[in-house]
Amino acid sequence: MTQSPEVLGARIASRSGRRRFPTNIFGIVPFVGFAILFLVLPTIYLFVGSVQTKTGQFTLDNFAHLTRPFTAAAYGASIEISLVTALVAGILGFLLAYAVIAGGLPGPLRTGIMTFSGVASNFAGVPLSLAFVFTIGRTGFITVLLKSIGFDPYSTGFTIYSKIGLELVYLYFQLPLMVLIIAPAIDGLKKEWREASENLGATSFQYWRHIALPVLLPSLLGSVILLFGNAFGAQATAFALTGGFIPLVTIVIGSQLSGDTLGDKNLGYALAIGMVAIMAVTLVAYSWLSRRAERWQR
Amino acid sequence: MTGSVDRLHNELDELTRLTPHVRRDRPTRTIIGSWFLLLISIAYFALPLVGTLLFSLRDPGFAAYRDTLKDPQLYKTLGYSFLIAIITVIVSIVLLVPTAFWVRLRLPRLRPVVEFITLLPFVIPPIVLVYGLLTTFSKPPLALTGSSLGSDVLLVCAYVVLSFPYMYRSIDAGLRVIDIRTLTEACQSLGAGWVTIMWRVILPNLRVSILSGAFLTLAVVVGEFTIANFLARPMFATYLQLISGNLAYEPAAVALISFGITWAAMGVIALLGRGRREKINVAGAH
Repeated sequence: MTQSPEVLGARIASRSGRRRFPTNIFGIVPFVGFAILFLVLPTIYLFVGSVQTKTGQFTLDNFAHLTRPFTAAAYGASIEISLVTALVAGILGFLLAYAVIAGGLPGPLRTGIMTFSGVASNFAGVPLSLAFVFTIGRTGFITVLLKSIGFDPYSTGFTIYSKIGLELVYLYFQLPLMVLIIAPAIDGLKKEWREASENLGATSFQYWRHIALPVLLPSLLGSVILLFGNAFGAQATAFALTGGFIPLVTIVIGSQLSGDTLGDKNLGYALAIGMVAIMAVTLVAYSWLSRRAERWQR
Repeated sequence: MTGSVDRLHNELDELTRLTPHVRRDRPTRTIIGSWFLLLISIAYFALPLVGTLLFSLRDPGFAAYRDTLKDPQLYKTLGYSFLIAIITVIVSIVLLVPTAFWVRLRLPRLRPVVEFITLLPFVIPPIVLVYGLLTTFSKPPLALTGSSLGSDVLLVCAYVVLSFPYMYRSIDAGLRVIDIRTLTEACQSLGAGWVTIMWRVILPNLRVSILSGAFLTLAVVVGEFTIANFLARPMFATYLQLISGNLAYEPAAVALISFGITWAAMGVIALLGRGRREKINVAGAH
């Protein structure tokens, strides 16, 4: 068995130490203890509650009840909004990042856009939803502007307090996040690959079809999955914008927390655990894909 | 023999004929497309800010700003939010720097385990985390939500958990580029204890990584709403949510202040990160 120098070093260090007992492990006890108390234990509480009846007997009914119309609709709405914003932000964010990095725009723009992406991807919640209400709400300035030229968007049935409105708001943090996480992959596209393919007579389409896209595919898929998780776990923005009008999973959990809306605490726990399960799947898929993507980013 | 040389010449001619054509054509089209996309994006990202600014100015004579700046609640919630954020950053540093250091030095085999724990907050969204915390800490033996101080403690602990992924990544990336083994051995041979090593050698060497993680945490915590709302803490975001239901123009002014805080924090991170390859500015607590 081969050992890394670090492992070997640790072995030697512990052997030359005074004690045989692996006391090294105590070094991470504070961190692990903290994580157990404030992260693992709360999740276990939710999990235990989700497989219990009101009187504390074991049951799987709570998970079966997730298929009831109300909770199923909540998952459906959450998944729909997350999927739509992840795909739209994924495509537009990739194009924007490509335009900034390799599209022939002036160099200083890149730093500016990357910094702004850092700001915008963290700009969410209450102020973000307010900003959109002030802009395309009923009295927002774009709405007023459009009305003055004879077109009232609200007459077409559009409203900012709807799914499409919420998706428009989510893009504000989804798109910059895509720009941030896809940028290293675009940086990894070597100029020599393009030159070599051109020297061999490849068209731009052939270069993308056979070289750039296959190289970028794991990064692109991984990023879109991460965006999906980012939108799926969001609560503040949707709550501030619609006040709970659109029953996303996070909104239903929130209203369950402030009052017993489901009429059943254990169903609420199952709802939360279902969410953790979906997030876990997205993270596993993401880390698998990003490990595949790393090959090209040396 | 001559035939294959001729073919080679033909191919070279073909290449020289093709290459300038490709070079001349592509960049122009790409550049126009790039500018078009950039301008659309700038419009999309700027308009909500313009809208907020215009809305805040609808109240004549900057009244929205004058009233907002006169409201003691603004300063109280801002002060409280910054205090909570600073405590969060300190606890997070005290917890994570020695852990990341120790794992690299003595427990390299546990690295995946520790990394996995720091990534858990991605899997457990804030709303689920606060649900779990309220379930766990609202009744004995771990009753914390009963008192105001207990809720503050719970709030800080929740934010420390939220800071795990990017704080740990930031610190670990900083540790990777310094030779901690040699540094530690040098310190020990000069008779330094662990506290001296951490405080006078490791921390100063990690300054930039720790600061960029700290400012990201600051930006996230000051704007955080979900956890603060359900723990009923008077944070800045819950204040904004409260006045947005009662007042007309002041929320626009406060929303702009909030954006300014995020901007300032990210500006500091960008300044710190100048000339460095890895940038850690992906958080995501919405």
